[in-house]
This record gives sequence, C-alpha cells and structure tokens, in this order.
Amino acid sequence: MGKKHLENADMAKAISRVDGRAKVTGAAKYAAEVQLQDLTYAVLVGSTIAQGIITKIDTQKAEWAPGVIAVISHLNTPGVPEYKLQNQDVIQKQLRVFDDANIYYNGQPVAVVIADTLERAQYGASLVSVTYKKEQHVSNLEDNLSRAVVPKKAKADPRGFTSDFVRGKAGAYLDAEVQVVEEYIQPSEVHHPMELHSIIASWEGNDKLTLVDKTQGSQQTQASIAKSFQLKPENVKVVATYVGGAFGSALRVWPHEIVAILAAKKVQKPVKLVLSRGQMSYMVGYRPYTLQKVSLGASKDGKLVGISHESYGKTSMYEEFTENVLQMTRMMYDVPNIDTKYRIVPLNVSTPAPMRGPGEATGSFALECAMDELSYKLNMDPIALRLVNYAGQDPDKLLPWSSNYLKDCYRLGAEKIGWNNRKAEAGTVQEGEWKVGYGVATGTFGAFRSAATIKATYKADGTLLLQSAIADIGPGTGTAMTSIAAENLGIDPSLITFQLGNSSFPKAPMQGGSNSVATVGSAVVAACTNLKVELAKRAAKQKQEWNNAVPANIQLKGNELVNSDDTASKVKLVSLFTEGGLTELVIEGSAAQGDERNKYSFYSYSVHFIEAHVHELTGVVRIKNAVSVVDCGTIVSPKTARSQLMGGIVGGIGMALMEEAVIDDRTGRTINASFGDYHVPVNADIPQMEMLFVNEKDPYLNPMGSKGLGEVVIIGVAPAVANAVYNATGKRIRHLPITPDKLI
Amino acid sequence: MVENKSLEEEDNQGSSRRDFLKKTSVMTAIALTPAAAIKASDLKLDEKLADALEQVPLSIDINGQHHDLKVEPRLTLLDLLREKLRLTGTKKGCDQGQCGACTVHIDGVRTNSCLTLAVMHDGARITTIEGLATGNQLHPMQEAFIKHDGFQCGYCTPGQIMSAVACINEGHAGSEKEIREFMSGNICRCGAYANIVNAIQEVKAGGSRA
Repeated sequence: MGKKHLENADMAKAISRVDGRAKVTGAAKYAAEVQLQDLTYAVLVGSTIAQGIITKIDTQKAEWAPGVIAVISHLNTPGVPEYKLQNQDVIQKQLRVFDDANIYYNGQPVAVVIADTLERAQYGASLVSVTYKKEQHVSNLEDNLSRAVVPKKAKADPRGFTSDFVRGKAGAYLDAEVQVVEEYIQPSEVHHPMELHSIIASWEGNDKLTLVDKTQGSQQTQASIAKSFQLKPENVKVVATYVGGAFGSALRVWPHEIVAILAAKKVQKPVKLVLSRGQMSYMVGYRPYTLQKVSLGASKDGKLVGISHESYGKTSMYEEFTENVLQMTRMMYDVPNIDTKYRIVPLNVSTPAPMRGPGEATGSFALECAMDELSYKLNMDPIALRLVNYAGQDPDKLLPWSSNYLKDCYRLGAEKIGWNNRKAEAGTVQEGEWKVGYGVATGTFGAFRSAATIKATYKADGTLLLQSAIADIGPGTGTAMTSIAAENLGIDPSLITFQLGNSSFPKAPMQGGSNSVATVGSAVVAACTNLKVELAKRAAKQKQEWNNAVPANIQLKGNELVNSDDTASKVKLVSLFTEGGLTELVIEGSAAQGDERNKYSFYSYSVHFIEAHVHELTGVVRIKNAVSVVDCGTIVSPKTARSQLMGGIVGGIGMALMEEAVIDDRTGRTINASFGDYHVPVNADIPQMEMLFVNEKDPYLNPMGSKGLGEVVIIGVAPAVANAVYNATGKRIRHLPITPDKLI
Repeated sequence: MVENKSLEEEDNQGSSRRDFLKKTSVMTAIALTPAAAIKASDLKLDEKLADALEQVPLSIDINGQHHDLKVEPRLTLLDLLREKLRLTGTKKGCDQGQCGACTVHIDGVRTNSCLTLAVMHDGARITTIEGLATGNQLHPMQEAFIKHDGFQCGYCTPGQIMSAVACINEGHAGSEKEIREFMSGNICRCGAYANIVNAIQEVKAGGSRA
C-alpha cells in the first residue's frame, strides 16, 4: 500500500483557487467596494470613558461643518424596534446602540457623523463634543477575580463545558506521585483581519433593507437584522461576496452595523461605514484575556491520575461571553479523575468573540504546556507521555471516536522535524549565539456538520452553476466545493462556477466552527446526485438500461453521460436537453446531520512541532522550523487546505510570540490599537514550514470523509512554541506572549 | 475606464447637495448677510465657492489613463483611488502606513498610498493592481501568486503583489532571507508568507520585471 498522507510537494499540483484571478487583479469586490448612487459616509465617535453616563452631547459644530448631513446619538436616534420588546435573551444581550446615556466600555459608540465625503465625515466626527459623568470602572482581570461568576449558560446546560464538572474524584492529582500545579495566562488577542469591518446599508422605503457587509454568515446576519428592525427576513438582503478575513470577528452583528442601518434610515441615502484599524481593536470582539490554573497528577510511569483545570475569562458588563476552554481537558487523555471550573469576570470592556480555535486554543496552551512540564518532571519524552495517555475512545462522552489518527500525527511529524535531534535536558544545545530547542503540542477541535441546500443549474453547454449562502472568509470554500462537484460528476473544474455569500442563495450555516466543507459539501454531493438521477431519467427515454443506473456509477465524461457499469449505454449529454426545449436543468440538493453524534464522538486533531532558536543576549525567539500534521479526514482541496494549515501555524506563532491587546487600567482604553503597536507575524518572522495531512477518511461525518480544518490548525501551536523555548533555554514562560523581556 | 469618467461627473453632482453657505463661518468671512447667503445657496453659488476654496486641480496619470481632477488637499492618494476613481483594487488595511495593503507604484517606486496626499502627486505616473496585467495577460507575479497560493482571503494581495514586483525591480530578491526582509512591510493575516516568498523566487528566477 502506497503512502496516503499528504506532504508539501503532493499538494502543489492540486487545483488553484477558483477566485484567484479576481483576487490578484483587484477585481474582487469586498464590502466597502460596492458602488451605489448617492453614497454617504459615516464615521463613529467613541466614548472616552469606560463607565459612566453621557451628560451632554454638543453636535452643532459638526452639523455646521461642510458636507455633514446628520449627526446621530441617543438623543435623536431613529431607534431599534427590538429594544422595545420584552423577553429578550438575557445571555446574548447585545450592546443597545444609542439606546440610552450609559457607558460600559471605553470606545463605545456614542454618536455617528454622516457626510457626503469620507474626509468631511471624519472631520465632522472630530467636532462632536461629549461630556460625561465618570464613574469608577474595572478592567483588570486579576484584580477583580472576586467578581467572577458562573455563566448563566452553565445552568441551562449542566453537562456543558462551562458548568462545574467532576469525573471520578475532584482534586485527585493531590494523591499522585508526580504533580504539576501552575497558572497560565492568555492575554486578549485581536482578530485583526486585513479587511477593516465595513458595511454599506441602504433602505428602500421603510421596510426593505440591503446590506453589503463583512459577515461570516449572510443568512445569520439577515435573521439578526430582521429581528432587530422587526422586518420580514425576505426584506433584508445581505451580500458578502468577498470577505477579507475574519477569524471569528464577523460571526455576529456588531454595534457599528446597527449604527450604519440607523444612519441610512436617518439620511434616507445609502451609508458606508468602515471601522478604523484602532476601532477594530475593541469594536468587533477579541480572544478574551484568560487566567487558567492547571493541576496534573501522574504515576511515575507517566499515567495520568487526575487533572484539575480552572479558567477565568474576561467578559463585558452587558453580555456573557463563554467559550470551550475546558473541552480538550475533558476528552483528550485517558484520565480517570477530572474536575473543571469555568468562570467569567464582567468588566468595563467590550464583549469578546470567538477567535480562531475559540476556547480550545486558550485551553490547549495551558494543558499542553502542563503536559510538557510533567514530561520533564518524569524525565519522559513528551510524545511518549502523550502516547501512554492516549484515549482509545472519548472518555467524556464514552463514545468511540468516529476516526482518530493522532498516533500517525505524532509519528509523521516526529520523523519530519527530526525529533531525534531534541535533547531531553533543557538549555543544552547551542548554535553560535543561539540556544536551540524543540517542542511539541497537540490540538483538537470538534468536527461538526449542520444543514445546507445547494441550487445547481446545469446548462446544455456543459457548464454548472452552484449557489449557496455560505461565506468564504478566505479558506477557499468555492474552490473546495468546485473540487467536490468536479470529482462527483467527473467534469472539469473549469466548467463549474460556485456562487456564495448572498442571503438570497440557498440555506447555509455561518462560516465558523470548521463546518463549511462538511455541511455545504454534503449538499453539493446531494445536488450532484440529484442531477445525475435526473439526467439518467432523461437518458432512459433513449435507452431503457438507464433505469437501472446507480448514481455513484454515473459520470459526465466529455460530452457524454456514462454509466461505468454499462459503458455501451452512453448518451450525448446535449440530447438530454431536447425534450421540452430546455436549455438548462435546475436541481436542488439538501443534506443535514443525522443521528451520528449519538453513536460516535467527532474531533479533528493536530500535532505541531516547533524548532525554536533563542538569542542568548537579546531574548529574541526565531522559529527555525515548523512541522504540523493534521488529522481532518480526507482532504478535498489540497492546495487551499495546505494554505489554511500554514495560516494556522502563523496565527499560532503570533499568539505565542507577539500578540497582546493591552488595556491601560487607569482609563480602560486599549493602548496598542494599531499594527504599529499590536504586533502580528510579518514575512521575516515566518520560515518555510512542512504541512502534512494524514488524509484518512472519517467514515461517519459526511460523504466526502472530511472533518473540520480551520480551527484545529491553530490549536496547540502556541504551547508547541512555548515548549520549544523551554527546551532551548530552560525558561518556562506561562504568560503569553513570549517576548524577549521575559527571557533575559 | 469609461466608468471612471462617468464617476467624475457624478461626483460633481454629488457635491451640489452641500448646504455650504448656510452653515459655515465662511459666510461671515465673505461678509454676506444670512439672507444673502441663503439666496446664494439656492443659486448653487456655494458650489462655486467650495470649488474655489476647498479644491485644487490635480493632473495625474493612473494605469496609463490621464485624469484632470479637482480634489480636496486632505484627500489621500488611497482614498482618491478607492472613493473617487473606483479603483478599489488598492486596499485600505490600516490607513496608517503600517500594513502595506495600499501599496502602489508612484513613478515606479512602491509607496503606501494611505500615507501620501493625492495633491502631492501632480504630474505623477501611478500604477495600481488594476494596471499590472496587459489586457487579459496576467503579470508573471499575478500568475505566480495564483500558482503558489500566495493568499487566502485576498485582501492584502494587491499590496503584496505591487510590493513583490518592486522588490525584484529594486534588486531586493537575491535570497529567501532578503525577500522575507523586504516583504515585511506587507502584512498577511491569513499567513501566506511562505507561499508569497516562493512566488517571488519563481518570478525572480524567470528574470521577469515589471
């Protein structure tokens, strides 16, 4: 049997991005780039205090400024109808835009200026003067742990990852021969997609709204806005054809989107609102600052006896944000005793948001660093430690894994990076002025699937149009869907067009939680199958043997419909259109999850290997090599999948070495709200890397055999870097990011 | 390109919506009584005044097309391209010269178009991503970015490509290390750096120049 797994070189030959040409020529139109007649520009004014009440807003100077059309605040807002309704969801309570004079965080939108040009709106915004009655604010997590609460969500879901949980005995690590008890801090991290969050809002009369918006879910934004403005969902159209990254920041409707809609209502013209890079730091979510305490206990042979894991994360004063920080701890290793505790601390900050690998990326940093620390205490290889504790089934749900190739991930990655070169004793390898170390860590993320529909339009000229509401924030959804359809039908990918990012297209989930390929891909398979059945039905009128054709054996080869079971029966495709004088066939296909989750536990896995060089004098960390191996089932689009894994590693390197949104607790303001001060990886920080996929089918999640990829690729990268830095230097950094000051 | 012309006309119409004289202190400066000012406004005299006071002429060549424009001095080159001329291929990623998404060539030199005012480039020759291909024939760097998958979301891509072309022309693509250094002014949050380096190396090896 030949090699099944994929390495760098195997993936170069796969099909290129179907929207590549649009993206390299500048033809791709992102949200702020769609042209409308009479377009006006809106610029937000943010609060300069973190807690208190607005006592006065002076807008006269702004209103008198050239080109300014309107200034809106809580004093003259057209209003959001939903705010007047009773029985609102108390857990997901959004910030009520311009609803009253209360301030909950520094930078909260308090007014918006609309003008005929961007420059005039910007100048107008600078003229709005706001007076406040300032009250005491709180923004520091450690200083306010006494305010920690159990999320309301926990009561609704006692088995969920935010509820206090005990398996076996709580605190069992205390009885173990070898113990690790440590605290880990993940600072706030900002998504900062390259495209600024942008929206163009346009009303048609009082009851129809069109939004060109940066969103990860055209239909989810449609539903949310329809609810807020009490409109019929079909009267709200959301277009998100191209989305310039998001990483979780566009999974919900944010205040600035509501503002743009209110502004468009007020001025009766289309309004464009683009956040500044600074506003991106606190207006569209972030990975929340989280303090974790992990306690591991193991026997001398490395078998885990017990894990206790506590997590304290920031949330806002008006909304409870939770994430699955503790999920990995409950299912990753075969441990008889586990207890977990999840708390959130309401502070004068804006609401966090899921950020790539939400929860698990934070949790794995603590758990996988603690595992590394344990390996040194045991004098045991970190991979061997993980293999000793490998879980043969899901110890949390007590279900078999749908598929789990973690052992292959460890083996393939160790070979590729040259794990044999790692010295068991930390701080012992020197190359010139640099200390050299290797680290490994594991990541996991649930593999999901929901419901979707595809509309397929197959034309007599052999071209196929597929449509879905799904967004593509960058992973290459259109490319993956085209690959699935091309393989299923046997036609050339160049004949297929996949249209997405429009609420008018058939049902699709949000692009989040790594479920796009599993969900929409299954609908593509269903639509292709339905198309083949329809073509066979038409063919049967010419040759009745087509009545017995099995869809799996039908292919559209060249200009003919071919049954691989009965090749003599082939018919010209074009002849199937003559009946009724049709020029195209319109077919739908739908697919949804079944009861598979009752029988199996679904997860994707990643194992990351890092070779880090740490400069002795300056404490600078250079990533010399990175090897990541992912088990996410069958790879349907190798070239784009490889880039997605590459992006996850880069994101993880940023998380490990540089990313930290800093709030000045004296003002509650984010003080590094720019790319000059908030550092993300640049080209010089990133080496050539090896991306590997086990590429073994998951038999139960979907017809393609795939599992989710987008999240799991970042989970485990940061601890792998931290573990490599420890191996190089003997210094254990438990507070990210690992900046030079912490190493010298 | 015909589209650009119609825009310039349309933009002038857009300016006529201003209630300029009614509101600004300029009216006191030119010593008009309020009633006279309102009358002047009704006669659209404010537009003429605004043109005279606020806008300066700009003669600029963009992607081989000549434009004679009148723009506010505070307009950045980036916003001229994106908001006035509808050349939205050039991207706004930070508006502070920190991300490189807005990179264009000004007389052949790569520049962050958000950090320079349009009026500073009277008589200049600007090339944007829309001007890189020759008809349907993509520039080798555009081809290489597709082949090596030098992007995911595509938002930083025009800036990366404009920078990459300049990087080779400047003689800063001599080694992988040098490319990484001289491409570090262009942030890619999707993390396609290694693919971008491969694309540049391939174009460099092919000896292609802009």
